[in-house]
Amino acid sequence: MNDQTLTAEQRAERLQGMGCKRKRVEDIRFVQGKGNYVDDLKLPGMLYGDFARSPHGHARIKKIDTSKAKAVPGVLAVLTAADLKPLSLHYMPTLAGDVAAVLAEDKVLYQNQEVAFVIATDRYVASDAADLVEVEYEALPVIVDPLKAMAPDAPLLREDLKDKMQGAHGQRKHHNHVFNWQIGDKDATDAAFRKADVTIKELISYQRVHPCPLETCQCVASFDKIKGELTVWGTFQAPHVIRTVASLISKIPEHKIHVISPDIGGGFGNKVGAYPGYICAIVASIVTGRPVKWVEDRIENLTTTAFARDYHMSTEIAATKDGKVTGLRVYTIADHGAFDACADPSKWPAGFFNIVTGSYDFPVAHVSVDGVYSNKAPGGVAYRCSFRVTEAAYCIERAMDIMAQKLGIDPAEFRMKNLIRREQFPYTSALGWEYDSGDYHTALRKAMDSVGYANLRAEQKAKQEAFRRGETRDLMGIGVAFFTEIVGAGPSRNCDILGIAMFDSAEIRIHPTGSVIARLGTKSQGQGHETTYAQIIATELGLVADNITVEEGNTDTAPYGLGTYGSRSTPVSGAATAVAARKIKAKAQMIAAHMLEVHDDDLEWDIDRFRVKGNPERFKTMTELAWAAYNSVPPGMEPGLEAVSYYDPPNMTYPFGAYICVVDVDVDTGTTKVRRFYALDDCGTRINPMIIEGQIHGGLTEAFGIAMGQEIHYDDDGNVTTASFLDYFMPTAVETPKWETDWTTTPSPHHPIGAKGVGESPNVGGVPCFANAVNDAFKFLGSTHIPMPHDHWRTWMVADKLGLHA
Amino acid sequence: MAKSQISMTVNGAPVDALVEPRTLLIHFLREQLNLTGPHIGCDTSHCGACTVDLDGKSVKACTVFAVQANGADVRTIEGMAAADGTLHALQEGFREMHGLQCGFCTPGMIMRAYRLLQENSAPTEAEIRFGISGNLCRCTGYQNIVKAIQYAAAKLSGVPFQEAAE
Repeated sequence: MNDQTLTAEQRAERLQGMGCKRKRVEDIRFVQGKGNYVDDLKLPGMLYGDFARSPHGHARIKKIDTSKAKAVPGVLAVLTAADLKPLSLHYMPTLAGDVAAVLAEDKVLYQNQEVAFVIATDRYVASDAADLVEVEYEALPVIVDPLKAMAPDAPLLREDLKDKMQGAHGQRKHHNHVFNWQIGDKDATDAAFRKADVTIKELISYQRVHPCPLETCQCVASFDKIKGELTVWGTFQAPHVIRTVASLISKIPEHKIHVISPDIGGGFGNKVGAYPGYICAIVASIVTGRPVKWVEDRIENLTTTAFARDYHMSTEIAATKDGKVTGLRVYTIADHGAFDACADPSKWPAGFFNIVTGSYDFPVAHVSVDGVYSNKAPGGVAYRCSFRVTEAAYCIERAMDIMAQKLGIDPAEFRMKNLIRREQFPYTSALGWEYDSGDYHTALRKAMDSVGYANLRAEQKAKQEAFRRGETRDLMGIGVAFFTEIVGAGPSRNCDILGIAMFDSAEIRIHPTGSVIARLGTKSQGQGHETTYAQIIATELGLVADNITVEEGNTDTAPYGLGTYGSRSTPVSGAATAVAARKIKAKAQMIAAHMLEVHDDDLEWDIDRFRVKGNPERFKTMTELAWAAYNSVPPGMEPGLEAVSYYDPPNMTYPFGAYICVVDVDVDTGTTKVRRFYALDDCGTRINPMIIEGQIHGGLTEAFGIAMGQEIHYDDDGNVTTASFLDYFMPTAVETPKWETDWTTTPSPHHPIGAKGVGESPNVGGVPCFANAVNDAFKFLGSTHIPMPHDHWRTWMVADKLGLHA
Repeated sequence: MAKSQISMTVNGAPVDALVEPRTLLIHFLREQLNLTGPHIGCDTSHCGACTVDLDGKSVKACTVFAVQANGADVRTIEGMAAADGTLHALQEGFREMHGLQCGFCTPGMIMRAYRLLQENSAPTEAEIRFGISGNLCRCTGYQNIVKAIQYAAAKLSGVPFQEAAE
């Protein structure tokens, strides 16, 4: 079969380009156990590190005795803050402009904080010796409730900041205050509330949770004393940023640091930041001259690296009596834990929380966020969402339901009344974002029609009457959520990390035979980049996807990029890929014109070739042009066929979706059964529908976990009571509902291929949808807001308080 | 620490080794035999990433000492494809049905599914979901894993696989 005999459709199909359900390239190694994860790495002479950690939530360190630990055969060294301090490495800078302790010096500020790092020849020995590090503590009063952190008599947590009342984001107003961040028109918002017919106010809390990828955080550091070069393999969602940070901290020149992210076993935001384990492994390797591996166990993972949420949002909506929203006011207390280690773009201490006006046409709004310190682990990462977007979506979607309830309007109808209309795009929100594109009413209408919304409401009404008559003990709830994400950070004018603009990159090289290697600044953790980036190139360049290798994660070979989180890979590196491909295509067109002896403008693109306009038999395929690029380019043109793009996005992208969930709550057991969950997503142009569907299934399952049971909970003494899978809810295949997925397609007008990103949407929309469903079940009994998580016990308590067990 | 001599069959080949009595089977497989397919995802025997087949049963290799496997017949993900490289029906099913994303749970999930299909060659969806409930996946939401196992069950039984209507 040659090109002459193929139809246009066949030629397009064999490319396996954009829009097709291409099977994943990655799977071939993963299904055979041949993935290459950090802990699989074994280097000659490799040592193992393990931490001695604080049992206290807040305590003064009186004395550290490492002699017994050092005496264990196989132990090479035990590092404490005293060893790191002369190197100025006992603290490390955070992405949020604060510092975080690497090893605790005078005080510990949260349970399981790192105190000493044992280096041994074997991981069992390292663990044994860590248990033998003797630390004398004097316990101090603990703050675990963020709402009490700024009380006048609250204990001072950060002694290192005692005299530093000017923080990275302005004046601190209390010794446990991190920052205040405000946006919006306060006066106009206050005026809207004064004039409003109806207002609601509710404290909407989003509990502390953890991303919990199945592979924990880990690294291997190897310092070559002869060359003065450091190589670090690690679970890094942003390897280039880690290299820059490592260079700034260690003073090793950046070109002598090699950071490699191999296969990563899930990230979900957990693997964006830099952690004490990485620093200690690097120092240990420099000290010993041998490679050092550090692997977190699950308890360490849940209690120390990267929590998410812990946002407490006092939310008010103003509306007219006929149901038009006129103002939104949100005051948030954000618990940042012991150190401000949020992984947000520098200028955004509360992330993009100002997306909190959601999908609705609020004429005015005002947001104020106070970050506070507490005796909890640092972090504040975006767990499967763009920065603080899940918090915002949960906040507005609960509040909209509460307002609908007060107005006596159906929640879907209330949303319909207030959604931004199609003709309003591009739409500038009251809190300053320019939404790129959307067709919200079509999406919500399609969702409602697909589930038979009116019939569900009728069924619910009948069930409620039956419940009142004592004929059933089940309550039916229907959850509606409409979300708008803001992803693809982001434009250099307002997004940077450590001063580095949040562009991203792609480099494409076409080999003489027409096969391709593409390298990108992002890093897949399961999203399937090796498959999907190749599909973009296949369509753009008319080359078969199976002949395109995609590489990420090696800072020596990949162009600089800011990594994968905040659904930014497709919006930013996906765009860079298309732009780089188009540069190649432009050069190929000149080569084709030269070969066909016509003017560039006389050629037109046809799937996998340039052909002469009006004379389609005269053409050069891209494969032929690749060969020609290495031997017969036009006079004056450089040979070769490759391009690189550093793409600075002109705007964020705004994926959206309409979700509907049906639950049945057994009031006697508190058990909530998800009868149905329908998710309609609009992520713009769809690159691989199979992968999109998989991302949505996974994101919904994580949302289900959060809404229905997850919480990183601290008792009053600062002990984490949900520190392992025994207590921290991980949905299994049995609890997890079946997902129904659907879509509309509203391309992004500013993205080269119109794609918006999708991986995080289901978590953003899923959480409020579940919460609204459970709340909806109890609404007719007078309940207004039931906080998450909606586990059986808490739900039983709700029923009990409503007198349903009498 | 004094070491113990153990012998077992791993993926069809005899293995003799010296191990500390406290060495977990998962560490023995991964670090002494370099079989890094089985993974470690938790400390509490919940996640199942380390699942291997041991004498005809699924076990979590983080909860078995290597010495307890003395004399046993152990199979890991590395022993699933045929000698000529042909994938097992389950491996094929996971790829065809997009039953994996990051791939970290996959080896344990496939080994559990392998034993499940030995016990019940035509499981219902509910039986599959119950049968893999000792294995956690954070990426897929399980729906496509269920389909992958159904695909393999059909293929192993020689019947055409038909996806259930959504």
